Amino acid sequence: MSETKGIMIVGVGGQGTLLASRILGSVLTSQGYDVKMSEVHGMSQRGGSVVTYVKFGERVYSPIIDLGEADYILAFERLEAARWVPYLKKDGTIILNDRAIAPMPVITGAMSYPEDIVQKLRDKGVSIISSDALSMAQDAGNAKSVNVVLIGVLSALTDFSEEVWQDAIAACVKPKFLDVNKKAFALGREYALKKLK
Amino acid sequence: MKQLLLGNAAVARGLYEAGCRFVSAYPGTPSTEIPEAAAKYDEIYAEWAPNEKVAMEAAIGASIGGARSFCAMKHVGLNVAADPLFTVSYTGVNGGMVIAVADDPGMHSSQNEQDSRHYAIAAKLPMLEPSDSGECLEFTKLAYDISEQFDAPVILRTCTRIAHSQSAVELGERVEYELKPFEKNPGKYVMMPGNAIKRHPIIEERTQKLVEYAETAKINRVEMGDTSVGYVTSGTCYQYLRDCFPNASVLKLGMVNPLPVQLIRDFAEKVDKLIVVEELDPVIENHLRVNGIRVDGGKELFGMCGELSQVKIKRALGRETESFVEFDEPVPPRPPALCPGCPHRGMFFTLSKLDVNVMGDIGCYTLGALPPLGAVDTTVCMGASISGAHGFNTARGPESAKKTVAVIGDSTFMHSGVTGLIDIVYNKGVSTVIILDNSITGMTGHQHNPTTGKTIKGEPAPAVSLEKLCQAVGVKNVSVCDPYKLDEFKSLVSAQLQIEEPSVIIARRPCIMLPEVKILPPLYVDHDKCKSCRQCMTIGCPAISFADKKASIDQTLCVGCDLCMQMCKFGAILKKEGK
Repeated sequence: MSETKGIMIVGVGGQGTLLASRILGSVLTSQGYDVKMSEVHGMSQRGGSVVTYVKFGERVYSPIIDLGEADYILAFERLEAARWVPYLKKDGTIILNDRAIAPMPVITGAMSYPEDIVQKLRDKGVSIISSDALSMAQDAGNAKSVNVVLIGVLSALTDFSEEVWQDAIAACVKPKFLDVNKKAFALGREYALKKLK
Repeated sequence: MKQLLLGNAAVARGLYEAGCRFVSAYPGTPSTEIPEAAAKYDEIYAEWAPNEKVAMEAAIGASIGGARSFCAMKHVGLNVAADPLFTVSYTGVNGGMVIAVADDPGMHSSQNEQDSRHYAIAAKLPMLEPSDSGECLEFTKLAYDISEQFDAPVILRTCTRIAHSQSAVELGERVEYELKPFEKNPGKYVMMPGNAIKRHPIIEERTQKLVEYAETAKINRVEMGDTSVGYVTSGTCYQYLRDCFPNASVLKLGMVNPLPVQLIRDFAEKVDKLIVVEELDPVIENHLRVNGIRVDGGKELFGMCGELSQVKIKRALGRETESFVEFDEPVPPRPPALCPGCPHRGMFFTLSKLDVNVMGDIGCYTLGALPPLGAVDTTVCMGASISGAHGFNTARGPESAKKTVAVIGDSTFMHSGVTGLIDIVYNKGVSTVIILDNSITGMTGHQHNPTTGKTIKGEPAPAVSLEKLCQAVGVKNVSVCDPYKLDEFKSLVSAQLQIEEPSVIIARRPCIMLPEVKILPPLYVDHDKCKSCRQCMTIGCPAISFADKKASIDQTLCVGCDLCMQMCKFGAILKKEGK
């Protein structure tokens, strides 16, 4: 097997980043990889900037991803993409939910929300797959399934079969939310496959 | 069977497999999931104790009673439990006893960055430090064997990156541990001077035996590779190091107290340079220096503060790191905030309007200190709001008490707030205390406590009445108010501040995140009526922002609490018709 790969999931506390990492962990474990994931619980979960690290390979040591080490960053929000971009590998890709959630310093007027984040990052050579994951999640039947839409987008960039992903989703979500999440995954995956053509 | 487990869940699995039957804990990030996961095993009795001292004492009792027992806490919780810790070292155990303590380097969710290894040294207790989930399970089981072999409780130290990381774990079977008989033995269990003085030399002797154990223990592992540099390390730092230098020579210490001497000396002789890699304080490094083992690099390279990581280690050693892209403009920070609909918001808004001094405490409500509310003036430790207000007001005189309040959550009040309240009553203080009763322990992720009427396993339990408890300790002025009702709450606080007696206001409304709390339809802004006065922005609700010079409510975040509606003088914030 190859070198260790890293995927970061970044967003705002409460956006469901933990579920996304668990689905990913389940997929990678089923494929026989050594997997480590690092999460942050507690205070940051209250609407703060949150990050989860997922690493996999033949043998993984550090559970965290450091500057310039992430192959993919799943960003649930634009500002978080800008915040965590230094962790992306030179040839890495950001998978973005193109949505802005104002942080408190912006709400209070102390700072302003940067404009044209996606374009400015692209100008620096950063590869970004941007999507309106929120609309897709709403189409799937639940605005909270943004996390699984983004997992669907990511799935299109990997070699793992669709079935492997579906099994992992079934293992990680409550049965009553399974249909919505399957739909959310399919929408995300379809969108990415079209974009990649 | 291999399974991905959180470090904390792996510790719980270790408890299960080791035949542990008694678990007591107070929640504290990053240790909280250990008792939660343990509570899922029917074979284990698990409980939330009102605080860490009680949890440890209960575990001591269970151990003396012959069971394998366990307690868990975060680093600052060990401060609370330090009193029993130092003496259980003298009594030793009957059934094996393990104390888990989770440090928080980098302060992801803590008020300080203390290094718990000092406690193991000071209390003369063995301490193990796992470096991933597999070791969390393995070391927990081993800790029971060490505990019984050396007649000492064993401390299992983790940190955020171990406790909250998932990695593969090999699951085993539970081995039942029969309850040992309790034999009365005052010389061992009654720590009065005449007995304790005889125990002390036994403890010193035990430490010597533990050092001998450490010299050959499998969990202190030498991995020889490139001998130009040898690294001495433990815990999560081992993983960072291996990430940087897969072929380096490493001495990985699984037992961080007491530390071996000869093992390290021998390792040092095999390598050209010796570097100690540890987070926070130079505990291993100082041990080497005291024993005359040369250290070629340690704290002067890595510093005392925060977490380490692979890049930090490489940079400290002058090695090259990966290049990366940065966003050129300032990225506004995103600090945590009180949730939309949080019952604490209205209360802090009222307190900031009243311009009172607010002695704060530990919980979600510590976030009331952040702008725009900026309503908390002090935060020290669990319970310090009430006792701190008493000291503050006593020092500054009776007028101070008319513009100072203590704010504390329901769980924190049960933890160590009630003793401060007793201090106020007994010493004729006049302070005003606001108990934020949101019916749960919030910040750590919704744990039950003695006031919620449920156990850790979700079973019904007797609930402590906050009103009756406050009355019973002698507070005559106890009132209850809904913090969503801004006007009512404001007049109540103003009135209670004037009373020259102790008073308690219970601000009662359940946490908005509790599943049983009904979320109301989101509110919206009528842009024609909005005068852009920004009054609604002063409550610091994450759902309200300003777009095109008008207030705007995020429809996915708003829970319809109507706090902003109460504030809007122009009636521009509205409920959706028909709802």
